[in-house]
Amino acid sequence: MTTSPKDTSEAASPALRGSDDASHWWRIIAIWAVLSVAFDVVWLNVVGPHVPPGRMSDTANGAAFDFNVLIVMAVPVMIAIWVYMVYAVVMWRAGRGGPDPIGGERARGNNRVVTGWITITTVVVLFLAGFGTYELVQPEGAGGGQGPTPLWTPASHNVLQVQVIGQQWKWTYRFPSFGGFETNTLEIPDNTTIAFHVTSLDVIHSFWAYQLGVKADANPGQDNVAFTTPTQLGSFTVRCSELCGLWHGSMFNTGRVVTPLAFNAWATSTEHQLAANTAVLAPFAYTYTPDANGADGGYYPDTADPYSPVEQYGATQPAGQ
Amino acid sequence: MAIDTRETVSLETSGISPGDVSLRAARIRRVPGWLRPNLLWALAGFLIGYIVGYWAGDFIAGAYPVAANSGTNNVAVVLALTFGVIGWLAGIGVLNYPLQKILGLDPTPAVPDASFARYFRLTEDHKVVGLQYTVGSLLFLFTGGLFAMMIRTELLSPTTHVFGPGTYIEIVSEHGTIMMMMASSIVVGTLGNWLVPLMIGARRVAYPRIEAASFWIFMAGYVVILSAPFLGGFPTGWTGYAPLQTQASAGMDSYLVGFAVIGIGMICAGFNLAVTIINYRAPGMTWGRVPIFVWSILATCALLTLATPTLVVAGLFGVLDRTAQTGFFVTEHGGSNFLWQNLFWFFGHPEVYIMALPGFGIVMEMLPVFTRKPLFAYRIAAAGMIGVALLSFFVWQHHIFQSGINPDMRPLFMLTTELISIPTGFLFLVTLGTLWKAKIWFEAPMLFVLGMLFNFLIGGITGVFLSDVPVNVTVHGSFFVMAHFHYTIMGGLIFAFFGGLYYWLPKMTGVMLNRKLSIAHFWTMFIFFNLTFFPLFFVGILGQPRRVFEYAHNLQTLNDISSIGAFLLGASFLIFLFNFVWSVCIDRTPAPPNPWHSLGLEWQTPTPVPWYNFEHTPVVLADPYHYGEVDAPPVADLGERGGATSSTSSPTPDDKDRGVDIRPHSM
Amino acid sequence: MPWGYGDVVNKTGRAALAGALALIAAGIVMFAFINLMSQPGTVTFAASNGQVNVTLQTVGSYGSGDHPTWVSYEIQTQGGTWQHTTIWQVPARTQVNVTILQYDSGSPLRNEQLGQVTGTVGDVATLNGATFSVNNSNVGNGVGHTFSIPAIGVSVPLAGVNGNDTLCGAAPCEPSSPHNVIKFSFMSPGPGNYPWQCFVPCGLGWLYGNGGPMGTVGYMGGFMKVV
Repeated sequence: MTTSPKDTSEAASPALRGSDDASHWWRIIAIWAVLSVAFDVVWLNVVGPHVPPGRMSDTANGAAFDFNVLIVMAVPVMIAIWVYMVYAVVMWRAGRGGPDPIGGERARGNNRVVTGWITITTVVVLFLAGFGTYELVQPEGAGGGQGPTPLWTPASHNVLQVQVIGQQWKWTYRFPSFGGFETNTLEIPDNTTIAFHVTSLDVIHSFWAYQLGVKADANPGQDNVAFTTPTQLGSFTVRCSELCGLWHGSMFNTGRVVTPLAFNAWATSTEHQLAANTAVLAPFAYTYTPDANGADGGYYPDTADPYSPVEQYGATQPAGQ
Repeated sequence: MAIDTRETVSLETSGISPGDVSLRAARIRRVPGWLRPNLLWALAGFLIGYIVGYWAGDFIAGAYPVAANSGTNNVAVVLALTFGVIGWLAGIGVLNYPLQKILGLDPTPAVPDASFARYFRLTEDHKVVGLQYTVGSLLFLFTGGLFAMMIRTELLSPTTHVFGPGTYIEIVSEHGTIMMMMASSIVVGTLGNWLVPLMIGARRVAYPRIEAASFWIFMAGYVVILSAPFLGGFPTGWTGYAPLQTQASAGMDSYLVGFAVIGIGMICAGFNLAVTIINYRAPGMTWGRVPIFVWSILATCALLTLATPTLVVAGLFGVLDRTAQTGFFVTEHGGSNFLWQNLFWFFGHPEVYIMALPGFGIVMEMLPVFTRKPLFAYRIAAAGMIGVALLSFFVWQHHIFQSGINPDMRPLFMLTTELISIPTGFLFLVTLGTLWKAKIWFEAPMLFVLGMLFNFLIGGITGVFLSDVPVNVTVHGSFFVMAHFHYTIMGGLIFAFFGGLYYWLPKMTGVMLNRKLSIAHFWTMFIFFNLTFFPLFFVGILGQPRRVFEYAHNLQTLNDISSIGAFLLGASFLIFLFNFVWSVCIDRTPAPPNPWHSLGLEWQTPTPVPWYNFEHTPVVLADPYHYGEVDAPPVADLGERGGATSSTSSPTPDDKDRGVDIRPHSM
Repeated sequence: MPWGYGDVVNKTGRAALAGALALIAAGIVMFAFINLMSQPGTVTFAASNGQVNVTLQTVGSYGSGDHPTWVSYEIQTQGGTWQHTTIWQVPARTQVNVTILQYDSGSPLRNEQLGQVTGTVGDVATLNGATFSVNNSNVGNGVGHTFSIPAIGVSVPLAGVNGNDTLCGAAPCEPSSPHNVIKFSFMSPGPGNYPWQCFVPCGLGWLYGNGGPMGTVGYMGGFMKVV
């Protein structure tokens, strides 16, 4: 019944006959250990220091650190399985001959192997979950959007509030501590904790300040808060990372981390320069509910009072319309 | 306890004698084939339904201000597509039986049909349905693949160059949606429908009409989703996030209706096979002897049945938002955009395992054959898949970690997501254990098994990166995610599926595929798959979001490597297509009865398998993994001596009346 | 023959059938590909005296074509004819003088930040000859559209005409219809394709006003190709 496909193959090689289970194990473990140690050493010394998203802020630093920890743990796991597979394919392929595999109960399970496997994977998984949680809590929420009521807040009281407004299809930024002016360009000071208040005027966008390690979805009617503390000067890329329609792909710009002094100078001069515009802007608020007059294109009939209390953008209807 | 299922339910319940049935069957047979329900009538029905629905929608809502202002009447489009699907199902004959029952008429008996035309009809033979699904799923796969190559064509350059940005998003969305629809059914529908009854020793499935309907619903979904480009496309990707969904043009209706239609087909397919596996196992087919592939299908069917209704309901909400302005998903009107995200991923994450578990099943089913060893830790394998299926309902919010949902859910979903890698890891425990001191036989199916394990390992491990919230901040919504799930679905499921096709097609079609071409297909697919998707991990962590037509110039080299890989991967599928068409349709060199020397029960049947599968309900004596044993027991007793049935070995009268060639070894 | 089709056609016939089906499939694929590649045409502007003059108009409803109710931009070619496209090409690092004939009515802006003129020469524009740098859309006739190229920071609000007047309802609009003339200049950047668009959610009948014409190249957004 157990017709083996290549029963007529050449006689088994003596070397294989002589090898027992233990020697297979030790060979696999030795190859795995050498490759894993080599990989981890090379990674930590050559690639690790430069791993994305870089070291521009505490949250980016945390993400890069986590990435490295995961790499030095995960790649040895992958190497273990690949080494085993390659070893099996080389040593135990039918074309090589050898005795027929052993069937029966011995081949159908091995409690020690099964228990060991489950124990090891469980320990690794629980460690990763605990480590991930610690890293999430540590740098004030790891740069992710925490919704309107953040759970993990920065210890520092010196927090600069920056509002990020997503709209189809561009980002604008408001600085409430500088009169609430709104601008197309984002500049933030070094060594200062920034609270990004991300919101949207229409569909879902996602504010991804790549080098800062910040990502928070911009939802209509929601204030999604993400914290970061820049630690290096330089420029960073802002992209939209949630599909938001036609121009999603071109919804990006460049922000800059500057010294606190330079930031103050920029913010003060921009505040003056945009004073006329700021005067007509809606008062600063954490969310804006665009009124229906024109703003939602007449999709929902605008029979309600167009000057509803929640309305922030789009103020009075001009005469004659 | 298994049931003797020789007689069909319709005979038992209709209260009419077999003689009446055969008379009526003969009368039906006299009607010319093209007049009986078939694919052409389905197409005509779709067209008629579409026109009627569009007219009705125009009549109802044509004058609504929103329709007049936008120039788009979503009511008309939704009704047109819905009526089109109903017309399609009427044309193929799905509605005949239920309507006849409702009206108190005698249902038209199923006419076993041996002609080629049966592949274009509603049929009660699960093997015909399986082959229909095979061709249908491949059609989905290749259509989606062409869209994929269009995406990679656009991404050859960091700015827009071939397609406009709107067309590009449409192509991305079509690709994603078609592939997800395909991947939900590509194993359950094809190999699942074809093999499960044979593997459990059943002579039929539990609900043959529902099973057959599921295929034609699936194909209606294909027609509906391909109507989107003609209606202006949809810009949301396969995830269809609202409120962009609510804003989108009429192509979005194709997405919502199409996904709901496919969802109903998935529920039908899953429900039928789950019931079949539980109730129709042959005597002796205990849970400890059920082939591991059947376990994987059972776990998948549980997910299909339990998770998919959420998708259908979410689609209905979306349709209501777009037609009746209900505001389920629109914040300013009392809804929430998080509602869609939660509903979608509550379905969407089980869906991920709907697309992974059957791959595990195929791999673990084929490994013993090509290692000539029993499956290692069978119980762990089955338990792992059930564990994955259960846990998959508790991880969905990891898709929306950065969305602004309640942040204290984050550690919980990080934990559940990482926990699911324990039962998923059992796949590797079982396969590595089976490879231990095996006698590995390199045929095309085995190559696909090893390829699947290689790819799925990368896909699975990168999933751990995504579940870690701090790393997720960077990789969420980037090409890293995209590469990750292509490694699990394409690298895992699709590799396993093609391995399964090479393995089981000799049984399903009676012909062997060309061995050299099969192996060439594997190596090209394996190399070019990795060439396409491995660079995209780097593209992602270097900052390229998904679904963009513009990207940073320094990422062009990596993107170009990926694109070249994608074109070559497409060419690799042409090798398969040629092999498939040549071997199955043109050359038809008969296959040996059991070319892989498998012990599986499905291989103990004659080829072609008669429509009732087994002449007698078999008595299962052992699990099919007794490889490597000197005096292994036969897997089942197929003859009368086993006492499986009390009838004689001669054909039963009603079998004769059905006019079907029931000689077991007819060729 | 239980497989069912061996008796329909012989092997040569089956091969011919498969070949014919393959050809048909290839034809369908080519057809789809070519159709998906189609885009609105490009209007090319050449420099004269080191400057480029570009004239655009906006119309509240295009009046003809696939979407007669949609709002749209149109571009005047250097030959003087109006073309229904939003893709145009200018030389690199040249002053572009833009004249926009705004035939559409306005409303208050949803985000008043868009009332600020940015990125133009002197950060100003002229409305019917009068220079301005901020448009307060809460007074007067509001703002109908904007002309914005986000990548180079150019954004100019286009004041609306009085919605009670008889507005032009079909493109191209005649100068006799009520309209505003907005003029401004900016320096074209280095070579590349720069998306530009209107930022006023003016797609009537679409949620947030950003579907339909706002989400389709050729109506309220397109590319400035710089070579």
